[in-house]
Amino acid sequence: MSSTHKLPISRPAIGVVGKTGYWRLKRPEVNYVKCIKCGICWLYCPDSSINILGDPSKYVEVDYNYCKGCGICSNVCPVKAITMTEE
Amino acid sequence: MVIKVLTGNYTVAEAVRLSNVDLITAYPITPQTTIVERLSELVEGGLIKARLVRVESEFSALAAAYGAASCGARAFTATSSHGLLFMHEMLWWVAGSRVPMVLAVVTRALGPPWNIWNEHTDFMGQRDCGWLMAFAENNQEILDTIIQLYRITEDEAVYLPGILGLDGFLLSHASEPVDIPDEDVLKDFIKPRSQPYNMCSDDVLTMGNLPMAEEAMMMRYDIHKSIEAAKNVINEVDEEYRKLTGRSYGGLAECYRCNDSKYLIIAMGGWVGTMKDVCDELRDEGYDVGVLKIRFFRPFPHEDLVRAISGVKGILVFDRSASLGSLGHIHAEVLARAYMLSNKVIVKGVITGLGGVDVGPKEVREIFMRFVKDVDEDGQIDNISEWVLGGG
Ligand code: SF4
Ligand code: SF4
Repeated sequence: MSSTHKLPISRPAIGVVGKTGYWRLKRPEVNYVKCIKCGICWLYCPDSSINILGDPSKYVEVDYNYCKGCGICSNVCPVKAITMTEE
Repeated sequence: MVIKVLTGNYTVAEAVRLSNVDLITAYPITPQTTIVERLSELVEGGLIKARLVRVESEFSALAAAYGAASCGARAFTATSSHGLLFMHEMLWWVAGSRVPMVLAVVTRALGPPWNIWNEHTDFMGQRDCGWLMAFAENNQEILDTIIQLYRITEDEAVYLPGILGLDGFLLSHASEPVDIPDEDVLKDFIKPRSQPYNMCSDDVLTMGNLPMAEEAMMMRYDIHKSIEAAKNVINEVDEEYRKLTGRSYGGLAECYRCNDSKYLIIAMGGWVGTMKDVCDELRDEGYDVGVLKIRFFRPFPHEDLVRAISGVKGILVFDRSASLGSLGHIHAEVLARAYMLSNKVIVKGVITGLGGVDVGPKEVREIFMRFVKDVDEDGQIDNISEWVLGGG
């Protein structure tokens, strides 16, 4: 759907300060054996740094170029499949 | 085609049925309640293939309808008075995010003092939110306007939500014969849902992020331009509907016997019917008088007004609401336009009918005769905005 109106919507884009992954102190690691492929981490990540690959053995993937290590994904994962490890 | 005797509120429910609505949110408030009651019966009986969600407040009623509408559902809800005030913030969200939907407002006074009778203040309180605002004169117009509003609000030139106002009790609980078109007749008129973006699609997006000041202003300007653009759409939809059903309402405003008139009565809502009757009597008695019915308050029918008032000597505007400390809402609009054209025409406003004060043919006639006397004998009026309190 497209429109010529000036709409108050925005789409995810690369931030102006570039690759911000180096800000990270802790690193989310996904345990793919535990992962139940719900996509909740993808939905919650405030930096859009989780991509859904849909691959049966690797449903989601963290983009470490941009992940700032906030830990939200680890917190919301219903099966505790994401652990935060020291960088 | 079938003619049914329906109350205004049941007519709203019929219109929602004919408009292929997907989602209805329901929260009761007098005098709106029988709309959502009837809709829940229709959904329960399988006559509407929509989901009906019972919510815990009017704020939620609009929030839930908004959420569903931003995800592609054709949505509807209804409220009155304090319920509408509680919804007020959400009205800005729906319009600001350019999500089309339809809301029925059954007008009712605001407390204190506690009062369930009719006036238009609740409706007028939503004036600046960016919604299209229509008002019905009778039950047939309720049906036709709701069906039309879905088309108008979902037009890509508009993409804004719309309100239909109807007078509490005077229409909401009054039964009239209503001509209900067959679904077949409306088959091509009712289009598939259309909106500028879909929050639940694969197109990942955010709505309402912080903009730069200039972008924020540009968005507000775009809403303004789209409300203006709705004028054409309203007229086209009115014409298309006329071809299908034989009924037209003049688009944004209806001119009743106002050609060559010396005096013009301007008003909006159910009491326009009374004014047309009084106009007929006065014409029989030799007065050159016409009635201009405001059908859309937003966009305001400036062009229709300009056409109707050329050559007119005196304009009498009736408002069932007032901006306290200033004028009646319609009166202020008419004054602004009339004096841009000419400083000769006399424009008097009468604020009456608030809190349910009864205004019948007798009152309309008295007010009109007094106005004619002032204009013809004195060539001026003492009180440009008069409160007629009733109960005299
Ligand atoms: S740690 Fe934070 S930024 Fe990194 S992937 Fe998880 S939610 Fe996103
Ligand atoms: S929230 Fe947990 S279970 Fe769900 S997709 Fe992400 S890692 Fe897998």
